[in-house]
Amino acid sequence: METQTIGTQEVNEIASEAPKSFVEVSGSVALLEALIVEGVDTIFGYPGGAIMPIYDALYDYHEKLTHILVRHEQGGIHAGQGYARTSGKVGVVFATSGPGATNLVTGLADAQIDSTPLVCITGQVFAHLLGTDAFQETDVINITTPVTKWNYQVTDANEIPEVIAKAFYIAKTGRPGPVLIDITKNAQIQKFNYKGYTPCNHIRSYRPKPIVRPQYIQQAADLINQAKKPFIIWGQGVILGSAEAEFKAFVEKSGIPAAWTILGAGAIPTDHPLNVGMLGMHGNYGPNVLTNECDVLIAIGMRFDDRVTGRLDKYARQAKVIHLDIDPAEIDKNVKTTVPVWGDCKETLPLLTQLVEKKVLTEWHNLFKDYTQKEIDAVIHKELNPETGEMTMGEVVKILNDITDGEAVIVTDVGQHQMVACRYAKLNKTRSNITSGGLGTMGFALPAAIGAKYGTPDREVIAIIGDGGFQMTCQELGTIMQNNVDVKIIILNNRFLGMVRQWQELFNERRYSFVDIESPDFVALAAAYRIPGKRVDEREELATSLKHMLATKGPYLLEVMVTKENNVFPMVPQGCSVSEIRLK
Amino acid sequence: MASNSLSFGEGRGEAETSSKNIKMQTQQEKQEFNITVYTENQIGLLNRIAIIFTRRKINIDSLNTSPSEIESIHRFNIVITESEDVVRKLCRQIEKQVEVLKVYYHTNQDVIWQEMALYKVSTDVIAEKVSVERLLRENGARAVVIRKDYTVFETTGHREETDNLITILQPYGLIEFVRSARVAIIKDSDGFNSKLREFERLEPGENVIENEYLNKGDKVFTM
Repeated sequence: METQTIGTQEVNEIASEAPKSFVEVSGSVALLEALIVEGVDTIFGYPGGAIMPIYDALYDYHEKLTHILVRHEQGGIHAGQGYARTSGKVGVVFATSGPGATNLVTGLADAQIDSTPLVCITGQVFAHLLGTDAFQETDVINITTPVTKWNYQVTDANEIPEVIAKAFYIAKTGRPGPVLIDITKNAQIQKFNYKGYTPCNHIRSYRPKPIVRPQYIQQAADLINQAKKPFIIWGQGVILGSAEAEFKAFVEKSGIPAAWTILGAGAIPTDHPLNVGMLGMHGNYGPNVLTNECDVLIAIGMRFDDRVTGRLDKYARQAKVIHLDIDPAEIDKNVKTTVPVWGDCKETLPLLTQLVEKKVLTEWHNLFKDYTQKEIDAVIHKELNPETGEMTMGEVVKILNDITDGEAVIVTDVGQHQMVACRYAKLNKTRSNITSGGLGTMGFALPAAIGAKYGTPDREVIAIIGDGGFQMTCQELGTIMQNNVDVKIIILNNRFLGMVRQWQELFNERRYSFVDIESPDFVALAAAYRIPGKRVDEREELATSLKHMLATKGPYLLEVMVTKENNVFPMVPQGCSVSEIRLK
Repeated sequence: MASNSLSFGEGRGEAETSSKNIKMQTQQEKQEFNITVYTENQIGLLNRIAIIFTRRKINIDSLNTSPSEIESIHRFNIVITESEDVVRKLCRQIEKQVEVLKVYYHTNQDVIWQEMALYKVSTDVIAEKVSVERLLRENGARAVVIRKDYTVFETTGHREETDNLITILQPYGLIEFVRSARVAIIKDSDGFNSKLREFERLEPGENVIENEYLNKGDKVFTM
């Protein structure tokens, strides 16, 4: 076949050495060439009828592009998210038309709300069949419009190089997000004059990086320098902007206490002296209460999610608010800003750091310490160090911290275990906390952990998952088996859909409506996939079992039976102010 | 208030002054706003913009989209009834879309606006019973088509004016009526056209000029 005579090497030679001469290639080959130039090494995907020409081309590219066959497209896109979050690169996902594409929707929504850069390629029926209700035809562009940063349907192979270049540029620049490119089958097959691939660096209607306005930096610095009780709250923007060093410099020079949103975790180490803990509904006591006592609130790369702010009309009313964000639509969206600092925080933070003065805030810091002590006494100590009774989620995380010393990547699902893991996991490095923050997608963790491992192969990746969420995407054990993906899976099994049960206990008079969930024998299930595992029922076995798990090469599943009706505290009940946070 | 471009820092810093408090109050009151959007000509963009409203269960009162004076750049005129606070947030969400160039919003006082309407009536009836010339003159209308069987009138104006002609023609057997969406010209738009043309010339790779005009006040068109 002609397509095979135009193999990888030949295209590359022509593309790289004589870029101006033309070569006839198919749309599929042009796509794969584009991915290589963009530095893609791993694709998560699942083939099907409408994407077969791309998979046929991929057959000749297996040495340059690793393709991981997942078990469900949702698993594929969550893996892409995990990959993007640990590597900082764009995650790439392939799926076929119709059901393949609709199965991506949850992951797209998750990536959209958590600003994760993805490029998803979906196959589509032949262009002449569009709108005829053809087999596996679905209106993917319209279905995915609300959950993508950008999407586009390609019906002619000539468009492919330019569109893929735009897709990568849009996905990774500015506030990152998912992009979906739908390619009709005829465009995948069609031969065209390929002129090489040029990455995109400009779209006239798109401004990823706003120009920094110095007068606002100055105003912000003046406010900070006059503040008596300044408070920094940071989010994932610091990580997405690769501004960890700039952020650390700002925090350390100013000496201001800093707290994080769930997706900001790890941007500076958990045990950094100025890191005062987690914000939000299940965040730490001090950061929540003192949000309503600070005089200047400095929000960096975060979006004032309702889980962070609690009741908005009672949120930080006393404070002047400085908001640093790359996305102008976030300014004043939820919380009115005194000084907006619109820009990439990698650029704005150093400017601010230059202008701020070192502060001695002993009394203010002591307030945080007092609240921390209260929280330790009321909640943390007994959660992490129970001596009797059934095991707690917190003690599993604590022992894990002792063994990994904060070096591992922790991937969590959604629910009680997520809150416990995020509260207590020790994180030394950035890009170590991978979780579904905004969308709260149960079933995220197992596939995301697969991607996280491919994104950072040298680091230990540990997925902590509840018994409910695990059963939503446990088919990805097959992916782990087939590729021998070295992820460690901890199931914290409380035999309940714990977070909903907690709410039912606290707010619905213990009417436990459909939260009692039965599970299969998870260890046997893993064994069916030839993944070793163990179930831990007794506290005495916990530490050795965790050590054994981490010493095992390759994947491992550890099921830990934890107490059934533990609640996660502190808690800001819905509709309450952050200062009304409950310790019990 | 000529609150066109999406300015920042209208938050709590100034909210302490009493005049700002009055302004905050007016920001909560619902009124008609005219949203002007300049975009690339891209399939699917209308949907991308429309869902920003539908997601928040906001009704679009009127929507007009057509090519601007610059080839490949389209202009949307959207009318909604909302508070300024909501409108500003909506506009920022629209401007965030990759293929949107620029968004403005204005109250009715800040724009000159018109809607066009067509009226089809029976030629026999209207010729027999009405002084057509006077009717047209009084309503600023004109006859677009006059045939044996029917006549089509056209008028342009505000909603009350086009409504008024319906009332007048109704007794004479109005056969069909149609009204266009609103188009609006912004009173305070010095330099729009030249700026658009300058924008069109931008070469790929060249940084889009942004914000350097922001300090020069509201009158400057930025893109």
